[in-house]
Amino acid sequence: MDIKDFIAPFAVWKRAFEKPFTVNKPIDERPGAPRYRGFHINDSARCVGCGTCEAICMNKAIDLVPVDALKPDGGDSGLRPRVDYGRCCWCALCVDICPSGSLGMSNEYLWVDRDPEVFRYTPGVEAKPWDGAELGYRRADGYRLLEEERVDMPELDHHEAVKSFLELVRGYSRQQAEKEADRCVSCGVCVASCPAHMDIPGYIRAVREGDLEQGLRLLYETNPFPEACGRICTHLCEAACSIGSGRSADGTPTDPVAIRWLKRYIADQVELADYGKALPRAEAPTGRKVAIIGAGPGGLAAAYYLALLGHGVTVFEKDEAAGGMLRYGIPEYRLPYPALDKDIAWITSLGVRIRYGVAMGKDLTLVSLYGDYDAVFLSTGLTVAYKLDVPGDKHPRVLDGVAILAAATRGEPLGLGRKVAVVGGGNVAMDAARTALRSGAEVDIVYRRREVDMPADPEEIMEAKAEGAILIPQAIPLEVKPAEGPDAANKATFVWNLAEMVQKEPGKRPVPEPIPGAVVEKTYDSIIAAIGQGPDLSYVAEGDGIEIRRYKPVIGPDGRTSRATVFAGGDLTNDRKDAISAIADGHRAALAMDRLFAGKEA
Amino acid sequence: MKKQAQHIVPPAERANLDLDSGKYLVMWQGPNHPGITGNMSLRLVIEGDTVVDCETHVGYLHRGFEKLMERRLWMQNFPLVCRIAVPEPDFNEYCYAAALEELAGIQIPDKAVWLRTLSLEMIRLASFLMWIGGQAGAFGHGTIGQWTVTMRDYVLDLFEELTGGRIYHMFIIPGGVRGDVPPGFLKHVLETMDIIQKNLDDVELVMFHNVVYKMRAQGLGYIPPDWIDHYGITGPNARAAGVTRDLRKDLGYLAYPRLDFQPITGTVSDAYERSRLRLAEMYQSIDLIRQIVANMPSDGPFREKLPNPLYWKIPAGETYVAAECTRGEYGFYVVSDGSDKPRRVAVRGPSYTHAVSVMERLVRGVNIADVAGLMVSLHTYPPEVER
Repeated sequence: MDIKDFIAPFAVWKRAFEKPFTVNKPIDERPGAPRYRGFHINDSARCVGCGTCEAICMNKAIDLVPVDALKPDGGDSGLRPRVDYGRCCWCALCVDICPSGSLGMSNEYLWVDRDPEVFRYTPGVEAKPWDGAELGYRRADGYRLLEEERVDMPELDHHEAVKSFLELVRGYSRQQAEKEADRCVSCGVCVASCPAHMDIPGYIRAVREGDLEQGLRLLYETNPFPEACGRICTHLCEAACSIGSGRSADGTPTDPVAIRWLKRYIADQVELADYGKALPRAEAPTGRKVAIIGAGPGGLAAAYYLALLGHGVTVFEKDEAAGGMLRYGIPEYRLPYPALDKDIAWITSLGVRIRYGVAMGKDLTLVSLYGDYDAVFLSTGLTVAYKLDVPGDKHPRVLDGVAILAAATRGEPLGLGRKVAVVGGGNVAMDAARTALRSGAEVDIVYRRREVDMPADPEEIMEAKAEGAILIPQAIPLEVKPAEGPDAANKATFVWNLAEMVQKEPGKRPVPEPIPGAVVEKTYDSIIAAIGQGPDLSYVAEGDGIEIRRYKPVIGPDGRTSRATVFAGGDLTNDRKDAISAIADGHRAALAMDRLFAGKEA
Repeated sequence: MKKQAQHIVPPAERANLDLDSGKYLVMWQGPNHPGITGNMSLRLVIEGDTVVDCETHVGYLHRGFEKLMERRLWMQNFPLVCRIAVPEPDFNEYCYAAALEELAGIQIPDKAVWLRTLSLEMIRLASFLMWIGGQAGAFGHGTIGQWTVTMRDYVLDLFEELTGGRIYHMFIIPGGVRGDVPPGFLKHVLETMDIIQKNLDDVELVMFHNVVYKMRAQGLGYIPPDWIDHYGITGPNARAAGVTRDLRKDLGYLAYPRLDFQPITGTVSDAYERSRLRLAEMYQSIDLIRQIVANMPSDGPFREKLPNPLYWKIPAGETYVAAECTRGEYGFYVVSDGSDKPRRVAVRGPSYTHAVSVMERLVRGVNIADVAGLMVSLHTYPPEVER
């Protein structure tokens, strides 16, 4: 000890008059740091109610609750996260994982109330003073718990693809598929958007866990066309996918999970010979007989589920092969025939009989079926192409898009010539254009409205353009004229009027109005009309007891027509006009027939 | 005035005392007592003013973290582990993340290595600042605590700015860290270090050149060097006994091999020596933080992409990851059976040894007024005893 040890402690006095460091609330404000993890905020308009926040929360502080003002629709569950601050530990993993990026935290940290119940609320729905706070915790740039980009699908180069009918999309490898499946958060928002309500999170999980037989089993629970749908489905699920609801750092939308490609991966990986190990066999015969008209996806889906339930099924098909539009309407480069054949082979392996070359009305009448069968399912689709409905549309060089696609399937010579116009903006138009490109033609796609208005899948439009088709939007067909000049007999001149888009009624989509004088003429070897198809219901006679309204059989919610034992589905009745809707119709009708046979309803 | 005390080493065996003799008084210190460093208690047997026997009692703070972790996904445990040692959450975060990265074979970006090191040194400083207030307070010197807890809050302000949380930072996440430094942050760090260093100079003056503190702390709680390995004593408690043992040097994890520092050791091994050594380590931390700020890369990724946390599975295996926390060796033993949750996690907190075993023996023969000061001089945190 020295003298310093006695004196030094008195040095504390030198700080006695310093300003204290404390904060006097509410006289002094002390805002949280810009990154502070305070009370939650949620942009309810961006939130899709996927519940991933709930899944990651280790305290079970988050519940997804229904919100009155929100209606569930494709891609929005109608639920929103409710946070319980009695449980929340402010870790912000919910913010980090939020696929839509709607969830954040404010930098507000003081909230005093005598009622303990108020500390459980739904951010973004129940107004709070910190709503819309600029400051507070957000995911840092360059930091994501979920992968925002999908695994690239190996595809043929477009310049190569256009030279043949080889399949464009090559399919995922195991490693790619498992990596892509790992992006899914199993929220299930997609299930509601799928017309067939497939168990999407279930089969993606099967991919992730490498249990492909389980995956196949789940696919076949609702869809007996996994090979076909794994390639050409309109994948409403991907539009609904919560993983695609976010924004990347550069502002572009995040990629939804490649649900369709994962479905294809499962079906591709399991050999047909192994299907029997995974899938259920037909139940014992019930003695009931069902006639199905049309071997398209709707008819065969109905046939599959009926056969599974033990009912005897006969399918009547006017063409020489089964598949309907899947075979005759979709070109080989999108859906190779072996893949389709695999789906059909499994369906027929259950004992489904298909009689080919039987046309309704010509070879068979409905009335004759009523006597022989307990029920009938009509899935004859849309077979009659609409005409261009302009002067000269009966010119021999004006061809029908669906017929061209069917001819390509049959391997018949197309004889399109070197210059081809395709009129229309739907998938048939794109397929016809790409088929024409593969026959060596130069192709113009002429469409009334803008590219964004085209009903075709965006990727089909993109691929058609990438393969060399020229898109002429806002062009209203006026006339088809005989061509002039050399070889005029094998050509036709197509006349159209360029249009501007006019918003006639608010809230409705703008309509093309012809620009006076902006008339274009061009001579083509072929003009392919692909502006839609209608049904051929000439086989329905008045005495058949089937009410038809607006060219469609009138059906109830289970697909039943006005006659109790006759059901209808597929493109014939379904406005969505895609394979997955037809499959859903077929499944629904099969279950309704089963209930009918069991006497559970009149 | 007390001369340099003769070091008395309490015997390993406890005396067989006749508590009904009327000679002894059984007294509980804790679990609610300002001289207890958290929720634990000492059952003391006193003869006059002198403690003749002690039994440490824990169990007031058991939250079952190790078991809870077995039921949560790998990533869900990341906000849980910080709670194991409240004043130093970051060591838990680091050990857990590093164990997972080792099992899963993940290399983290260099920026994350530096940010983790910064975060660990900042919390070391904050933890020592809180401790020194307790150490001075246990001997009746409350002013030091008022100063240093403020200084600690300045460090917590920095954490708030960097991580969004003051106490539970949840910054070191498996794969890296959760964010880069915000603009102006490093400048704030350096400014704060200057303020703290100036305050530490004052603390040094009034606490360590203080006749009362010297009289009470010198000679108190002598830990003989041969106890170090016997009990598994680590950290400043071991270094004060002259054992050069610092995992930052010995294991060379994170950015420590790239920093210039030497472990600090003492010779006397009493309460005074230990507190002096910790003060020196606070200056060392400030120096390390300045080195980190100077050497940290200014950009680059701060987190490695990991699989979807909802399904992340870690290959089967086991590992033990340790780090030098303020109190010694802090470690996580993690076992994976290849599933999406840990099979077993065991946390090694240095306080288990220091507070339960060493304290029980060391307190025998101590004046009852010095029990609190002795306990604080071991720098123990009951939360890490009870995981």
